[in-house]
Amino acid sequence: MERVPILKIGDILLVSIQLDMSDQTAVQLQEDLAERIVATGCHGVIIDITALDIVDSFVGRMLSTIASISRVLDAETVVAGMRPAVAITLVELGLSLNGIRTALNVERGMELIAAARADELDHQLDDDPDVETATP
Amino acid sequence: MTAGIDLGHPQAQAIRSDEDVVRVRQLVRAVAVAVKLSLVDQTKVVTAASELARNTLVYGGGGAVEVTIVDNGRRKGVRIVFADSGPGIPDLDLALTDGYTTGGGLGLGLSGARRLVDEFGIETSAATGTRITVTKWSR
Ligand SMILES: Nc1ncnc2c1ncn2[C@@H]1O[C@H](COP(=O)(O)OP(=O)(O)OP(=O)(O)O)[C@@H](O)[C@H]1O
Ligand SMILES: [Mg+2]
Repeated sequence: MERVPILKIGDILLVSIQLDMSDQTAVQLQEDLAERIVATGCHGVIIDITALDIVDSFVGRMLSTIASISRVLDAETVVAGMRPAVAITLVELGLSLNGIRTALNVERGMELIAAARADELDHQLDDDPDVETATP
Repeated sequence: MTAGIDLGHPQAQAIRSDEDVVRVRQLVRAVAVAVKLSLVDQTKVVTAASELARNTLVYGGGGAVEVTIVDNGRRKGVRIVFADSGPGIPDLDLALTDGYTTGGGLGLGLSGARRLVDEFGIETSAATGTRITVTKWSR
């Protein structure tokens, strides 16, 4: 079975799918990514599907699952580079990529993750108990 | 001629593993390109074939696919037949409903594939298994 490589670039894991994946390869990628998120502590995952000429229900489900797993592991997932013909076909197939963020390309995906991360850190600061009012 | 495939004859491909499902996608793409389907239509028919080939493997217990170029005098097209000798589909209307699955999938394969092609036919019975024929025509 072929395996999809996962690259670490700074705080982001980049997966560029370059082959027509068998279902087994897709499931393996899901597991490998979860392990790498935990091992590296990365807070962002970009899945580059520029080279994919189709996304069927199996791969669509894999993308949703990866997004859910990442969220639980405190990482943001962005799917980058979906071809227009793939997007049209997905809609007609009836697949809504629920909970998946998308970006036109990897660069935009990186910006999206950085922005989402900054937002989240802001919120975490907001949520900190206010020292003044917290004092009895 | 595409990548050594003789497109003058029907092309057969066994479906016994998920690697075979990949081969079905590649075969259908080669034929779709040969009959000059638009890029969107190529994508649609390959996606439909991927769904149906996976069903043949998972629910039909494996089987075979045959891909043929068809010509109605005005247009060319791709015809794909998926055949298995599995348990058949007891309730077709139900199986063709979006979201219906007995296998923990999304239940979109069959209904979605039907939307992605121009012609869609099913013969299914417990005795003979399932045979699905789809056609996509060039515009
Ligand atoms: N070749 C077949 N033989 C027997 N039953 C089948 C066959 N193809 C489909 N079915 C039945 O029809 C149901 C619906 O199929 P469909 O492809 O729409 O959904 P799924 O495979 O369960 O999920 P998905 O394709 O979205 O991952 C299946 O769950 C199965 O019960
Ligand atoms: Mg299916």
